[in-house]
Amino acid sequence: MSSGLLEIDGVSKRFARALTLGERIAGRLGADVETREVRAVERVTLDVAPGETLGLVGESGCGKTTLGRIAAGILPPTSGVIRLAGRPVMSDGSHPRKLTTKVQTVFQDPFASLNPRMRVGEIIAEGPLVHGLVTPAETDRYVAEWLSRVGLDREYARRYPHQFSGGQRQRIAIARALAMQPDLLICDEPVASLDVSIQAQILNLFLRLRRELGLTCLFISHDLGVVRHVSDRVAIMYLGRIVELGPTADIYRDPRHPYTRALLDSVPVLARDGGKRDFKPIEGELPSPLSPPAGCHFHPRCPHAFERCRREAPMLASVAPGRVAACHLNDATASSAA
Amino acid sequence: MTAKLLEVRGLKTYFFTRAGVVKAVDGVDFALARGKVLGLVGESGSGKTVTGFSILGLIDPPGRIVEGSIKLNGQELVNLAPAALRALRGRKIAMVFQDPAMTLNPVLSIGTQMAMAVRAHAGLSKRAALARARDALGRVGIPSPEERLAAFPHQFSGGMRQRVAIAIALLHDPELIVADEPTTALDVSIQGQILFEMRRLTRELGLSLIWITHDLAVVSGLADDMCVMYAGRIVERGPASRVLAQPLHPYTRGLLQSVPGMVAPGGELAQIPGSTPSLLRLPPGCAFRARCDRASAACAAMPDLSPRTTEHDVRCHHPVGLDERTEALA
Repeated sequence: MSSGLLEIDGVSKRFARALTLGERIAGRLGADVETREVRAVERVTLDVAPGETLGLVGESGCGKTTLGRIAAGILPPTSGVIRLAGRPVMSDGSHPRKLTTKVQTVFQDPFASLNPRMRVGEIIAEGPLVHGLVTPAETDRYVAEWLSRVGLDREYARRYPHQFSGGQRQRIAIARALAMQPDLLICDEPVASLDVSIQAQILNLFLRLRRELGLTCLFISHDLGVVRHVSDRVAIMYLGRIVELGPTADIYRDPRHPYTRALLDSVPVLARDGGKRDFKPIEGELPSPLSPPAGCHFHPRCPHAFERCRREAPMLASVAPGRVAACHLNDATASSAA
Repeated sequence: MTAKLLEVRGLKTYFFTRAGVVKAVDGVDFALARGKVLGLVGESGSGKTVTGFSILGLIDPPGRIVEGSIKLNGQELVNLAPAALRALRGRKIAMVFQDPAMTLNPVLSIGTQMAMAVRAHAGLSKRAALARARDALGRVGIPSPEERLAAFPHQFSGGMRQRVAIAIALLHDPELIVADEPTTALDVSIQGQILFEMRRLTRELGLSLIWITHDLAVVSGLADDMCVMYAGRIVERGPASRVLAQPLHPYTRGLLQSVPGMVAPGGELAQIPGSTPSLLRLPPGCAFRARCDRASAACAAMPDLSPRTTEHDVRCHHPVGLDERTEALA
């Protein structure tokens, strides 16, 4: 039934700590060796329709970056499949490889994501040359074209990354990703490290390129204001699970998961009338993903938690057309309304 | 006029690097009354952090305060003898840094390092120092402070570490805390908690606070007054509510309009063209004029920071008029 360009199908990712020699020996001898696992992503299923931008929101450690890397074919999932236009993004087997060049990523830190020893022109041309998207003779023209599309001078191709500011580097990173002519762009916190005035420039550039190229995007961010601005739909993640998913405007207007609500409430509001609003902080801290709470992961911090939340993890269930949320409260209201 | 706790006048902090003189802070004036919160706002390189460091006397070579005066309760802090400055720092003025992992010593337990900080200024026994440390942890909302004293910094989350850093700043009931982007590295929900605690503490303890940040929304919720800095100078200064509601400087207005949420989702954000100028090669005159749509020939001369309305000052030859302001906010 799925019409998604990107299909994330039941994807889980666990990171296990490698056992020490002593623990391996003890394990062989029949001792009960504790294997500590981080369940970074747990059974996530998402579709991104062609031309759509899906925002993926969560706090640090919730698994949003890991999910983005899996979707980009950088990390293999522990279980589940990622498909792009119906075809798997990664091969099976013990050494999975990325099978497509149609997914590209823009990373958070433009100071770390560009090779300091390569000229900007080489950075942008490397991928397209290797994959035969451009011939060596055409390379200079191709690079110049992408530089001007992201609002940089074509002369910059001869310079090195350190000669640019953060905002300019992020433009270079966007040009590098788009020069591969991807169908899907994964943006992992692309404006988090930029100043406010530069952030607006990059967001405008992103919106313009998305329109011109008809791009499909997975936009990962912790900044609820930025996500609201660029996304058609939003998925909220908490400790490896999607807790709510739906059209952006609906979720911001009427969140159906207590975590989403708490997250929206704790964002400081720019009060133009000068009135000071009271912050409404969420109680408690993000639990360690090494030992997530049983049942609903959010229940220790949730003001509405009841007995069932401690035992049983809620499944994502439809709460309105096109909207799902994973919260027992929605069952309760549904059944009491019925 | 109430007595000012802190008065900064004509502060200039320069860094003498091999590439040239970086005028990181170039003539900054502001005052802070007791019990008030001042938001010091700017982008990277605006000089907001260096201003904060100057107040605490934390400028290391090649940097130096070349001119100006910083008075706390009338006492001059610039060129104060190191011993006298040490006696003030941590006791009368405290600082909270951006990265709590850098503030705390990783090999000492929280209790040990807090007791050291207590005993640096107060002749207390170890036991009494620990008791005070425990109370401070309780005040910033750390659960079971007694047990947490024995814990090491790595056993705390980022948000909890920042609370510990704030607790350390509170140990001697300082009159002034300078907080340098203390919530920037934290998650939204944790930032909300810290802001909530800081507001409670300033109210309860009558503490003065300088909150250095790039986030206008944080300032709007926390600060009484604000200064907007650009390229080492204050370009706008006034009560936070008024500056945010009626920005006079084109830069302040640009910053406010570039925040997502000011336009419909997916719409074109107002953007300030260009980027912040290098402090090594600042053009004469208004540093913002190359990015400003209101700039004229007059801007080649540096405008003064002058009052427009009561307590609302702006450094601009062409401040945003009342007519356009209403239009911009509509």
